[in-house]
Amino acid sequence: MSSLSFLGPRHMARTLGRRKFWEVVLLVGFLLVFYGPLLYTLVLAFAGQYTYPDILPKTWSLQWWKYVLKQPALIKSMVYSFEFAICSVLLSLAVCLPAAYVLARYKFTGRRLIMFTFLIGNAFPKIGMYTSMGIIYYKVGLMGTFLGVLLVHMLGSMMQMIWLPAGAFRSVPVQQEEAARDAGAGPLRTFFYVTLPMAWPGIAVACMFAFIGSLGESVGTLMVGLPTYRTMMVEMYGVILDYPATAGAVFSILLIMPNLLLILVMRKYIGADTISKGYKMG
Amino acid sequence: MDETIKLEIRNMTKLYKNGDGVKNINLKVRKGELMTLLGPSGCGKTTILRTIGGFLQCNAGEILIDGKNIVAMPPEKRPTAMVFQSYNLWPHMTVYDNLAFGLKLRKIPKPEIAERIADALKLVKMEGMEKKYPNQMSGGQQQRVAIARSLLLKPEVLLLDEPFSALDAKIRMQMREELRKIQTDLDITVVFVTHDQEEAMALSDVTVVMNKGSVEQIGSPYEIYHHPASRYVADFIGEMNFIEAKLGVHTAIRPENITVRKGPGGDLDGTVRNIMMLGHYTEMIVDTELGLIKAFLSGGEAEEFVRGEAVSLYFSETKEFSE
Ligand SMILES: Nc1ncnc2c1ncn2[C@@H]1O[C@H](COP(=O)(O)OP(=O)(O)OP(=O)(O)O)[C@@H](O)[C@H]1O
Ligand SMILES: [Mg+2]
Repeated sequence: MSSLSFLGPRHMARTLGRRKFWEVVLLVGFLLVFYGPLLYTLVLAFAGQYTYPDILPKTWSLQWWKYVLKQPALIKSMVYSFEFAICSVLLSLAVCLPAAYVLARYKFTGRRLIMFTFLIGNAFPKIGMYTSMGIIYYKVGLMGTFLGVLLVHMLGSMMQMIWLPAGAFRSVPVQQEEAARDAGAGPLRTFFYVTLPMAWPGIAVACMFAFIGSLGESVGTLMVGLPTYRTMMVEMYGVILDYPATAGAVFSILLIMPNLLLILVMRKYIGADTISKGYKMG
Repeated sequence: MDETIKLEIRNMTKLYKNGDGVKNINLKVRKGELMTLLGPSGCGKTTILRTIGGFLQCNAGEILIDGKNIVAMPPEKRPTAMVFQSYNLWPHMTVYDNLAFGLKLRKIPKPEIAERIADALKLVKMEGMEKKYPNQMSGGQQQRVAIARSLLLKPEVLLLDEPFSALDAKIRMQMREELRKIQTDLDITVVFVTHDQEEAMALSDVTVVMNKGSVEQIGSPYEIYHHPASRYVADFIGEMNFIEAKLGVHTAIRPENITVRKGPGGDLDGTVRNIMMLGHYTEMIVDTELGLIKAFLSGGEAEEFVRGEAVSLYFSETKEFSE
């Protein structure tokens, strides 16, 4: 016991100094609040026998993974989630990249106003927007359709998909585009061989945010997509109510995993620099 | 030198929305000639160069290359190549890919591309740099590659917009000499923009001195230096003393055209205000009734004078400009 006394608060306080000690306590507390639930979810997802007062389960097992992966509704929801995420990112790229380029390169009256409008659009509570969208959707028959849900997802990431790429385009020196024209490339070739590759980090980060945003979209999908388009986020509501907590844990890990993977893959692009460049009102 | 006109600009006007720009420009560049556009910042040098390259649409006038009007063509269709002051190279491509870009567009077979690139890099003394990325090279090296890239396009007219102004003085001199050598060896026609008169003097066959959007004088560096057409040119090029002996008439004398003797009796008399040793020559400032006059003396001559001494000035070459 005495050999472990260095773990005691008094000993720690002495070796670290009072100030340092409180810093460590604060840090540990912070980590617990932050990662505690995540850690608990992880433990829960792989638990076999697990009874209340124990901190760790008695046995580990993959039974809940097998269970979740055997639910056709849940599998279907994953397919939907990825379909919407991929399609909305691609469609956003097609719509927003040209807009971003124009906003970045051409000085026209009302440019700042347009940029600002996107910002305002993001400031309203989403639910209000979905309600009014719902009313329009009913009229034009988009309710419960794939396209309807897709539009909701695109709308959610519109601002990022314009602001971040616009910032990225702005940071490509005009001379480098002109040099390509000079070498004999037309405007399109110049865009695809010079501008796009150079602006790619900013665009990739925007796509990542849009992808994660689409995977996490629930309210709009719930309102527009039901009953057919039940994505993972929509199913999550049901899972919490209808399945045991362990199944819920498995499901939420499945939800987190793509985001985590994306962030890991893209970590070299994600920097304060890329992002701050995007949010400048040039 | 060949007498055929390679590039001709006729009555060209380019005005920006705010009214700045260039007006009524007329220029002729012969084949194999190097023309510099020289003038202070904002006088419209870049504007002219960019209208030739196709990056600016002119409001009026014609630009002819080999007698063909090119004003309606986009940059990629024009037989010109441009080197900018900076940001020439594409940072996501290696030197090789930068150089190959234009050649690939011209559908040149791969082995030939490699061969031409090797030759071009040798020309600008950058052999073996194919695999480097622009950010792994110095500013001077990047400009060399940029020049090589432009030369590979085999342009009828090569345009350079202050390509060396971001480099330090020594490299700048060296690049200048090499550019001149390449240009005469390959017999290419060049329009070179600079605000550095020394650079213009050292490089050009023909210099165009510009002032606030219009051409002030066109001539060889010798003509421009020795026979300035206006007071503005006389003042802008080299060092010049101006004295107003008669009302409204200014006499211009270059400091090297002044002989200083002891005692009175010269074209103008005064006292020595200051003597400054500047390497291979000495600068003397003389206080006269018509203002301060600057004279250049060889080191030996200057030894004989002391500050405050009465001296006389003799002018060997003068020019008069009336207001
Ligand atoms: N895009 C533009 N819009 C409006 N005015 C411009 C534009 N580009 C240049 N000007 C103005 O036109 C004039 C000529 O500019 P230009 O760039 O040709 O000068 P320059 O001789 O190349 O100067 P520097 O030596 O500083 O490069 C300047 O008064 C400048 O302010
Ligand atoms: Mg300029």
